[in-house]
Amino acid sequence: MELTGAEIAIRCLQEEGTEYVFGYPGGAVLFIYDALFNQDKVKHILVRHEQAAIHAADGYARSTDKVGVALVTSGPGVTNAVTGIATAYMDSIPMVVISGQVPTNYIGEDAFQEVDAVGITRPCVKHNFLVKDARDIAVTMKKAFYLAKSGRPGPVLVDIPKDVSNQKVTFEYPASVSIRSYNPATTAEPAQILEAAKLLLNAKRPMIYAGGGVVLSDASKQLTELVRLLGAPCTNTLMGLGGYPANDKQFVGMLGMHGTLEANMGMQNCDVLLAVGARFDDRVIGNVAHFGEVPRKIIHIDIDPASISKRVKVDVPLVGDVAHVLADLLTAVRSTQQKPDAEALAVWWKQIAEWRSRTSLVYKNSSEVIKPQFVIEKLYEITHGEAFVTSDVGQHQMWAAQYYKFNQPRRWINSGGLGTMGFGLPAAMGVQLAHPGATVACVTGEGSIQMNIQELSTCKQFHLPIKVIALNNRYLGMVRQWQEFFHGNRHSESYMDALPDFVKLAEAYGHVGIRIDSPSDVEGALKEAFARKNELVFMDFRTDPTENVFPMVPGGKGLSEIILAEDL
Amino acid sequence: MRHIISLLMENEAGALSRVAGLFSARGYNIESLTVAATEDPTLSRMTIVTRGSDAVIEQINKQLNKLIDVVSVMDLSDGDHIERELMVVKVRAVGSDREELKRMADIFRGRIIDVSDTSYIIELTGTGSKLDSFLHAIDRELILETVRTGASGIGRGDRILKL
Repeated sequence: MELTGAEIAIRCLQEEGTEYVFGYPGGAVLFIYDALFNQDKVKHILVRHEQAAIHAADGYARSTDKVGVALVTSGPGVTNAVTGIATAYMDSIPMVVISGQVPTNYIGEDAFQEVDAVGITRPCVKHNFLVKDARDIAVTMKKAFYLAKSGRPGPVLVDIPKDVSNQKVTFEYPASVSIRSYNPATTAEPAQILEAAKLLLNAKRPMIYAGGGVVLSDASKQLTELVRLLGAPCTNTLMGLGGYPANDKQFVGMLGMHGTLEANMGMQNCDVLLAVGARFDDRVIGNVAHFGEVPRKIIHIDIDPASISKRVKVDVPLVGDVAHVLADLLTAVRSTQQKPDAEALAVWWKQIAEWRSRTSLVYKNSSEVIKPQFVIEKLYEITHGEAFVTSDVGQHQMWAAQYYKFNQPRRWINSGGLGTMGFGLPAAMGVQLAHPGATVACVTGEGSIQMNIQELSTCKQFHLPIKVIALNNRYLGMVRQWQEFFHGNRHSESYMDALPDFVKLAEAYGHVGIRIDSPSDVEGALKEAFARKNELVFMDFRTDPTENVFPMVPGGKGLSEIILAEDL
Repeated sequence: MRHIISLLMENEAGALSRVAGLFSARGYNIESLTVAATEDPTLSRMTIVTRGSDAVIEQINKQLNKLIDVVSVMDLSDGDHIERELMVVKVRAVGSDREELKRMADIFRGRIIDVSDTSYIIELTGTGSKLDSFLHAIDRELILETVRTGASGIGRGDRILKL
């Protein structure tokens, strides 16, 4: 049977079980949109800006274990998508982006809406393809999905020129595909696993540091089992939150620039560190040299060999899929018949308890002005810790990460690596579509929300009852905080003037808007909003404009150079 | 430390720019880069000369391996290898210089491959430092233009980079 390239592209999505494609039409993708129109298996979500299409596909992928799919046109369609693609790339999110391209005989002529999509996305995709013949579409799409999901996941772009999407060829979808130059590891070397097990069992001050790889690999169960078996403290990175249950007594909170004292001090002072699907990011360990001042053995589980010994030299590399390797490590630990050193652990936990007793996340609540931390605490209570929480980027993101206790993976959806403002609302759309009945909250600020506020329109069209929690402090808060600490308190361009009336704005888009000025109204407003199951509610919380995020490890400093609120 | 890295990659449009882009994006330096198809037309072989600490070289190897189009990578500097570069030099050759340049070309086992009334074109192969030596050995004023390919490398004996 002969099909057009466009029909083949859509058939491939059907074969891959794609539920939703997030996109925006344009000249170069008209044939593909026509093919979409003529079927009803793949549903299209029309966003209002291509960046949002990518973030929505991204949110969909992060909250499920599926590949997110987006469709954009050539030229500005692609360039608008780049921020979203780079966001997904930094956080290793599986995604396939189909972009239209000008017809093959126009390529290179500076045609209308032409951009070198493969060139412009090259540094921020796992791989990309320009398909020059419709006969190659099926196998390319198969490869794209395979690459996106396997190994260290990531976005893959498939660029299809307009004439190729209209070219008729025979369609056959390959059942599987192999790429000779691509063989991601799944399991690590048994000898190294045993060495890691022995190191962990003989540790006096063990620490387990788990990142986004645990979430991506769906390895929470194995991680939790190992942490309990070893009796060691466990910390999660910003990307790993929910990978280990936050309410567990062995959890010491998030680490890093705004991590807890106990997590950062534990990380700095441990003698054996097990890093699981994490990459020793600058926001996590701060100053590498300072981190290296304390001798410790490091075991690192990661599917990407290039992540190992990139910033910090690793003693025992375990390259493989996190879930696989953790399962093997569990078996190895049990096989030794050795128990962790209970005496040493007791001393270690006593030290940790001492750090914990400093209650580094404590903040001074107020009856006059709304404290942003208080809003997140109430959000946690009212949603029973079961909501999907997306966030934008800035202070509100850190407060959400610190005060919402994520007990399950894939519930915390944020742009960790790239730090993309404007991520939260469109990501929440993808999450809500993936989980229709679920409670989805988007924690944002008045700065971030305005970077993709047009998506309130998409939410209306597709009946997405997201709860937007805007912590509105009239400042680009994190910028203001850094200016306060490091730039003589000169608020250069960090004040948000001429803000819209968010209540009216929400109403203009057909949603419900609530403005909350007083701490005593916080709980009531949240309850009212979450009771409106079928409506999007935009909550404009007027929060304390002077509040800062603590603890803080200043940029370039070491983990033990952490500043607590009480220090100032 | 100077390292010479060999790699096989898919002979596809854009593969070269993925490698070049990786080096610029991650701030690795490239002293030279040569590439051409192999006896198997689906594969290209590239030789990259770079410099960096052990940690940087380790990352370069890993990051190259991570590129989907890259089939295999070998750091030739890890063992015995041979390295060759081709240089073609056009020199001004008039009067007594003609004889002298011919003599120098012979000493360096170069060949004169083009002759005009006023110039020679000399072809030389060898390691980069041999080519440098030749340029130092002749009168700098006589050099009209030079073109060098950059190093190509191959492992000795059993060190074979294959699919």
